[in-house]
Amino acid sequence: MSRSPGRQGRLLAEPLLCEQSVPGRRGLDLPALDVDPVDVGKAWPAVCVRAQPPVLPEVSEVEVARHYTRLSTWNHSIDLAAYPLGSCTMKYNPRLNEWAARLDGFAGLHPYAPEALAQGALGLMHALGQGLLAVTGLDSVTLQPAAGAHGELTGIMMVRKALAERGSPRSLVVVPDSAHGTNPATAALNGFRVVTVASCPDGTADVEALRKVIDDSVAAVMITNPNTLGVFEPRIKEVADLVHGKGGFVYMDGANLNALMGKTLPAAMGVDVMHINLHKTMSTPHGGGGPGGGALCVAEALAPYLPRPLVVERNGRYALDYDRPLSIGRVRSFYGNFGVLVRAYAYLREMGAPGLTRAAELAVLNANYVRARLKERYELPYATPTLHEVVFSDKRQKDSKGVTNIDVAKRLIDHGFHPPTVSFPLIVHGALMIEPCETEPPASVEALCDAFLQIADEVERDPDKVKSAPHTTMIGRLDDVRAARQPVLTYRDLAATK
Amino acid sequence: MSIPNDLRYTEEHEWARVEGTSATVGITHHAQEALGDIVFVDLPEVGRQIKKGEAIGAVESVKAVSDLFSPLSGKVVAVNTELTNLPDAVNKEPYGAGWMVKVELSAPAEVDQLLSADAYQGLLAKEAK
Repeated sequence: MSRSPGRQGRLLAEPLLCEQSVPGRRGLDLPALDVDPVDVGKAWPAVCVRAQPPVLPEVSEVEVARHYTRLSTWNHSIDLAAYPLGSCTMKYNPRLNEWAARLDGFAGLHPYAPEALAQGALGLMHALGQGLLAVTGLDSVTLQPAAGAHGELTGIMMVRKALAERGSPRSLVVVPDSAHGTNPATAALNGFRVVTVASCPDGTADVEALRKVIDDSVAAVMITNPNTLGVFEPRIKEVADLVHGKGGFVYMDGANLNALMGKTLPAAMGVDVMHINLHKTMSTPHGGGGPGGGALCVAEALAPYLPRPLVVERNGRYALDYDRPLSIGRVRSFYGNFGVLVRAYAYLREMGAPGLTRAAELAVLNANYVRARLKERYELPYATPTLHEVVFSDKRQKDSKGVTNIDVAKRLIDHGFHPPTVSFPLIVHGALMIEPCETEPPASVEALCDAFLQIADEVERDPDKVKSAPHTTMIGRLDDVRAARQPVLTYRDLAATK
Repeated sequence: MSIPNDLRYTEEHEWARVEGTSATVGITHHAQEALGDIVFVDLPEVGRQIKKGEAIGAVESVKAVSDLFSPLSGKVVAVNTELTNLPDAVNKEPYGAGWMVKVELSAPAEVDQLLSADAYQGLLAKEAK
């Protein structure tokens, strides 16, 4: 039996900054004005000027430093322990990436620096793009999208424009129900009619059902491969041929690319356009809503519509190409989240092609190890072989003791791990979706499995302990229903409730 | 599991109480149980023309957001505005205070295509397998 990280030691309580405020206290001294003061009341129309200054906490530097440091100790991060949040690919972020992103030449570069002074940065973007094209087998790439759903939006905007240019505007986007939840939203936001198609009993896309709904009005099929059950779609090429036969495009959600790197190419499956979540697959930091990267790779037919500018190489020099008349325009200020791009490039160089292939293999191995160890104790709703993640359900725990997936997930926190994804995909009731990632050492994967098995034992022995978890965190079980029904989102709201 | 005999049902787990040429619509006991605690209900505008099978609203729980599909075609004549403040009525009384939409039917014959309580019971039994 391996030892789970659990919790030992102490956590320090910490009030809100607003509650620590002392009138007149300052964290810094501003220098004296060396320009004439401006009377805001005269410089701006009255409607723009506050009658009173905003109520901000007045605190010292040491209080702010301790505040955020203490809060950080209440939290979980990939630097503390495994983070098996299915579909999110929470792999470890190598320190070398951070070193690269902090190099003065990258971190201090002004976005309006002339091309001649930004050759290193442009060269990096070009090389990163080439690397991503090698991983996907596609033809052209933009690094602008700020995250995955933004990449989807960009891709489907390009599809719409391509069809309009072709003189064949379309109305329909088809989405298998095992695709990512953002896919229907992307299509709807682009004005398409969305038809969702149920999967086969084995969890793969139902090609016969797709055949029935894909007609001459189809703009695109949006498919996730491997899908949200972690199952590889073996008939994806058949689906692609079907869509192409009707004049539509195939969008592949790249969220689960980690399972495929170096093993197969999305282009070989007939994919025309896909995003890559750099913050998942390429190990840039992730979680907490920080900046992401949703690089979008496309086949030749869609290349003219890519957002501009594109980074191009001309005679050994790098340049930004704005002369792209069919482009859908910019989708992001400047060139995307550049610091994220540096980290992704560093990762590709650290790993090399053999390293990426090995990462995919180990991601699949770790997930299948978890599957093999837990399947006797947790219900596996689909017996189909899975790749980089595995989806269990809470059926046995719920039927036997009324313990739900949320309870199991909360109890896992007490064992020192981040919870798995719960209640997604929607096609599994009470889903527990586990993605350990390739970066977990064997002992960590073992400890994660032990924790799940101990929780399964505990459900039988002491279900109330599981239902009331977590017990070791600074704040126990949150009332998520009340939080949603009666949200208190600001300090002013909070003060009003007191 | 409560499945009143006087209602008709859809495969998407909505119910309809048909009275003459109008129908009251909501989601079933099974649906609210599967969704969990409901925190928000998004309903269509009164006066909107809706078609059978069309997504006319959404039901949000702490776990997920699900579309509300219209069981029948017609015009929306009332929506349950009480659900804005008390969405848990859907959990507590899915067939009563948790009703969602009243529809003036444009094609009353569609009612015959809806499931009976027995047929819906059979569907649930099949899904549970």
